[in-house]
Amino acid sequence: MVQSKLDLLQGTLDVMVLQTLEVLGPLHGYGIARRIEQVSGNEVLLNQGTIYASLVRLQQRGWIAAKWGISDNNRKAKFYSITKTGKKQLAQDTAYWQRLSGVMGRVLAMHGEGGEQ
Amino acid sequence: MRHLLREAFNRMRSFFRNDSLDRELKQEMASHLEMAAEENVTRGMSVEEARRRAVMRFGGVQQSLELHRESRGLPWLDVLMQDLRFTFRTLKRDYGFTTAAVLILALGIAANITVFSVVNTILLRPLPFPDSQQLVRIVEKDPKAGESSKTYTADATQDFQQQNHSFQSVSGYFAFTGPDNFKLIGNSQPIPVTGMLVAEDFFQTLGVEPSLGRLFKSQEFVKHAQPVALLTYPFWKRQFAGDPSIVGRAIDLSNTSVTVIGVLPNTFDFGSVFSPGAKVDLFTPYIMDDFREDGNDLALVGRLKKGVTLAQAQSEADQIFPQLLFEHKHPEFKPGYTGQLTILKDYVSGKLRRSLIVLWCAVGLILLIVCVNLSNLLLARLAARSKEFGMRSALGARRGRIVRQLLTESIVLAAAGAGLGLGVAWFTIRYLAHQGSIALPLLSMVRVDGTVLGWTLLIAAGAAVLFGLAPGLRMSGSNLQQLLKDGGGHGASEGRKHGRLRSMLVVTEMALACVLLVGAGLLLRSFLRVLDVDLGFEPSHAAAISVDFDNREKAATRAAKWQEIVERTSAIPGVETVGITDNLPMSRNRSWGIAAKGKQKNSPQDFVPVFVYIVSPGYLKAMGMRLRQGRDINWHDLADNRNVVIINETVARRLWPGQSPIGRTAIAGGAEDQVIGVIADVRESSAEDNAGAQMYLPATKQFGPEGEYLVLRSKAPLTALARSVMITLRRINPGQPATELKPIQALVDHATSPRRFFVLLVGIFAALGLLLASLGIYGVISYSVTRQRPEIGVRMALGATETRVQLDVIRSTMRLALIGASIGVVASLAVSRLIASLLFRTAPTDPLTFIGMIVLLGAVALLAGYLPARKASKIDPMIALRSN
Repeated sequence: MVQSKLDLLQGTLDVMVLQTLEVLGPLHGYGIARRIEQVSGNEVLLNQGTIYASLVRLQQRGWIAAKWGISDNNRKAKFYSITKTGKKQLAQDTAYWQRLSGVMGRVLAMHGEGGEQ
Repeated sequence: MRHLLREAFNRMRSFFRNDSLDRELKQEMASHLEMAAEENVTRGMSVEEARRRAVMRFGGVQQSLELHRESRGLPWLDVLMQDLRFTFRTLKRDYGFTTAAVLILALGIAANITVFSVVNTILLRPLPFPDSQQLVRIVEKDPKAGESSKTYTADATQDFQQQNHSFQSVSGYFAFTGPDNFKLIGNSQPIPVTGMLVAEDFFQTLGVEPSLGRLFKSQEFVKHAQPVALLTYPFWKRQFAGDPSIVGRAIDLSNTSVTVIGVLPNTFDFGSVFSPGAKVDLFTPYIMDDFREDGNDLALVGRLKKGVTLAQAQSEADQIFPQLLFEHKHPEFKPGYTGQLTILKDYVSGKLRRSLIVLWCAVGLILLIVCVNLSNLLLARLAARSKEFGMRSALGARRGRIVRQLLTESIVLAAAGAGLGLGVAWFTIRYLAHQGSIALPLLSMVRVDGTVLGWTLLIAAGAAVLFGLAPGLRMSGSNLQQLLKDGGGHGASEGRKHGRLRSMLVVTEMALACVLLVGAGLLLRSFLRVLDVDLGFEPSHAAAISVDFDNREKAATRAAKWQEIVERTSAIPGVETVGITDNLPMSRNRSWGIAAKGKQKNSPQDFVPVFVYIVSPGYLKAMGMRLRQGRDINWHDLADNRNVVIINETVARRLWPGQSPIGRTAIAGGAEDQVIGVIADVRESSAEDNAGAQMYLPATKQFGPEGEYLVLRSKAPLTALARSVMITLRRINPGQPATELKPIQALVDHATSPRRFFVLLVGIFAALGLLLASLGIYGVISYSVTRQRPEIGVRMALGATETRVQLDVIRSTMRLALIGASIGVVASLAVSRLIASLLFRTAPTDPLTFIGMIVLLGAVALLAGYLPARKASKIDPMIALRSN
C-alpha cells in the first residue's frame, strides 16, 4: 500500500507548496501538508515533517514569508504566505512542469504504440 | 541568481542562530502534531490513537529536525564542528597521548621553522636593499688570496669608476678597519668605537636612505674637508639615547671634532652583509687623496645599470681591470688586476649554500621521523579504539565519516603542534638573531615573517596528511564489523597485519635516524679535526686588548711608548709574556709582497704575496708562535730602525728552498730586510685554510703599524687581568679608551663559529631523531608484549625462563633495529657523498664514524627493547592466563 504511493521528485514539493499558498492564501505548515494530501488524493508519499525543510528553503530564497499567528482553533502557529518573487517563481515553475509533463506524455505514448508492432 | 545569493547569506545566518531556529521549529512541529491529533479526535478516534496516528503521519520528529537543519544551514560546517568537538573530547580524554604527540610535533616543527627562517634569510630572501639583484661585489679572481688581493687601490678604483659603462655607480669601503679603531671622547672616559671608512656614493650605491639627516656629499670626500660622520642606528640608540638633535652636532672622535650629519636606518646592518659578526658604530668618508700611496685597501661594490647583465659587465671588467694602474704616480707598475664580478647576494651567501641545504634536509628528516613516530602512535591508538569505531559503524557511521574523523584528529594535532612549535621557534629565532658571535651573514636579520608563517602552515598540513595517512588507510581498508567482534585488535590476523605495518614504520624511523646520525657524526668528526689543527699559535691563556693608537706618531716615540707598555704590563702579577702587534691572526689581514734579493733588480713576478704583521719584541712568544730558527725581534731593532724580518716556513720554502734563510736579504715593504728568524706556519684566516705566507716586521720608521693590540699570555683569570691591564694602560696614557680584553680563543671560535653552528644544529637534530626512533621502537615492542601477554604466559607456564622471555623480546627489537640500520647505512653512504665538500679531513665513508653510529643506534635500541623485555619477563603466567 505504502510502496504504491508516488515518491516525490526533487523540487516538486516546493512547487506544490508555492501553488497551495498562491491559491489558498496564508496557511500554517499542517494546513499546507493536509491540503497537498487531499488534492493529490492521498497519492503522494509525504511524511508531513518534510514539509518544514521545504518551507525553510523557500523562505530563505525569499519566495515565501512567515509570521506567527493564531489558528482557527486558537493555537499558536506559523503562517506562511507567498511573496511577489515567489509568485514569479511559481509562474516559471508552472510553465516548466506543464512543458515537461506534456513532453513526457508524448514520449511515453510513442513508446506504447511502438510496443504493438 | 539573486535567490541563490540570498539563500547562501541566509544559510550562513542560520548557522549562527541554530539554537533559536531549532526552538522555533520544535514549537511549530508541536502545534502541528496537536492540530493533527485534534482533527483525528474529531473524526472519532480515541485521544491516544489520534496522537499515535498524527505522529505516524508526521514521520520522525528528529529526522525532520535534521532535514530542516540541512536545508537551512551549512551542513558540512556542522559536520566539521561535530568532528572537532568530538576530537577535542577524545584528545582530552587521552591526555597522555595528546601531550606526547603535540610535544613531539612541536619539537619537529619548531626545528623546521627555525632552520627555514635561517635559510629564508640567508638563501631565499633578497638582500635588504632596493633592487638588490643589481648589486655586485668585485674581487680579484684568485680566490685563495688574502684580504689585500680582494681589494683595489684608490687610483685603480677611480679609473674603473671612470672607464666602465656597465655600472650606475661603483663604490667601496676600507677593508682594513679593525674593531675599536676610534675613541669617542666625551665628558667621562673615552669609549672605543668602530668606524668604517666608505668611499663616495657607498650608501647611494646600496640604496640606503638615512633615517635622520643626510648622507655624505661629494665635497666631504676631498682632502682637508670638514670631518663628518654617519651613525648607525644601534649606536645612536645606545650612545646618544636616540636623541635626534645629535644631527648637526660635533663629537670628539680620537681628538678630532667630527660633525654628525645623519643616522642610518635600523634595517641597515653593515656587518651582517659585508663582515659577519662585526659591529660598526659609525661611518666616515674614505678620502681617496689620503690613501693614494697605501696600496690595495678598497673593497668594491657596484650597482649595475638597468638591462646590463652580469656577463656583459664581466666581459667589460675583463678588458678594463688588467689595464688599471696601481698608482698614477708610478704608471710603469701595472699589478695585473683582475675583477671577478659576483652578485652581492651570492657573494654573501654562496659559500653557505651547501651547508644550509644540508641543514634544511636534516631538519626535513626530523620532520619525517616525527611523522612516522606519530603515525605509529596513532596506529597504536587506533588498535585500542577499534571497538569504538566498530560501534560507530554499527550505529550507522559511514566509513568515509570515520576516516574523516581520524583526519580531523591529525589536523587538530598538527595545528596544536604547529602553534606550540611556532612559539618555541620564535624564541629560538630571537636568540639566534642576537648571537653576534656566530659569523654567519645576515643572521641578525633572521625573523618570523610571512614566508616563514606560510612555510609553517605548509609543513603542518603536510605533516598532518603524512602521519594521518597510515591510520586512515588502515581504517578504510579494514572490516569494521570484524573489529567489533575482535574486540580491540587482538584478533590474530588483523593484529599481525597491524604489527607488521608498525614494524615497517619503526624500521623506517631507524633508517632515517641512522642517516642523520652518520651525517652528524661525519660533521662532528670534521669539527673535531678542525679544533685539532695546529694553528701555529697557542690561543689558550692568551688575550688581546686594543691600545689607543695614533698613526701620526713618530717612530722613535712609538718605540719608546711600546717598550714602556710592554715592560709595565709584563710587571702585572701573573702575566708571563707581552707583545704588541698591529693585526691579530684570524681577524683582518693585509698583504704585501716579499722577494729574495737577486743579483738584478727584482721583477714583479719574483714577489710572493705575504701577510704582514708589524710587531714588537715578545709578540711571537705571547701568541705562542714557535720560532724554528734565528731570533725574535728585540728593542734595539726598533730603536735603531733596523730593517729586519721574521718569515714563516712557507716563505722560507718559497724563497730559499733547501737553504737556511737566516742572514739573507729579502725585499719587502719597499726596503731591503735582513731575515733574522723563521717561525712555524700560522693559520691566518681560519683553521681550515692552509697557512699562507707570512712575515713579521718591527715597527720602525719604514714600517708603520695600522693599529695596536697588546697581547698578554697569563694564566690569571680574565676579569682580574683586564682590570689591572686597564689600570696600567691608563697610567701610561690617560686617553686609553675602555676597550675590552678579549681572549685569543674568541678569535678562533669566531672563525670556526659557522662550522660549530652547523655541527651543533645537525647534532641536536640527530639526537632528536635518535630519541624519536627509540621511542618508536619502544612503543612497538612494548605494545607487542602487551598483545602477547597470554602467549608469554603460556610459554612461562610451560617452563620458559625469565631470561629466555627477555632474550626473545630483545631479539625482536634488535631485528628491527638491525634492518633499519642496514637500510640506513646504505642510504648514509649515498648521502655522505653529497656532504663530502663540507667535511674536513674526514672521508665520507669514515669507518670509525659509521661503526660508532651503528653501535650508538644499537645501544639505544637495546635500551628501548630492554624495558619491555623486563616487563614481559615479570608477567605472572597465572594472571596472564586468567585475564584472557
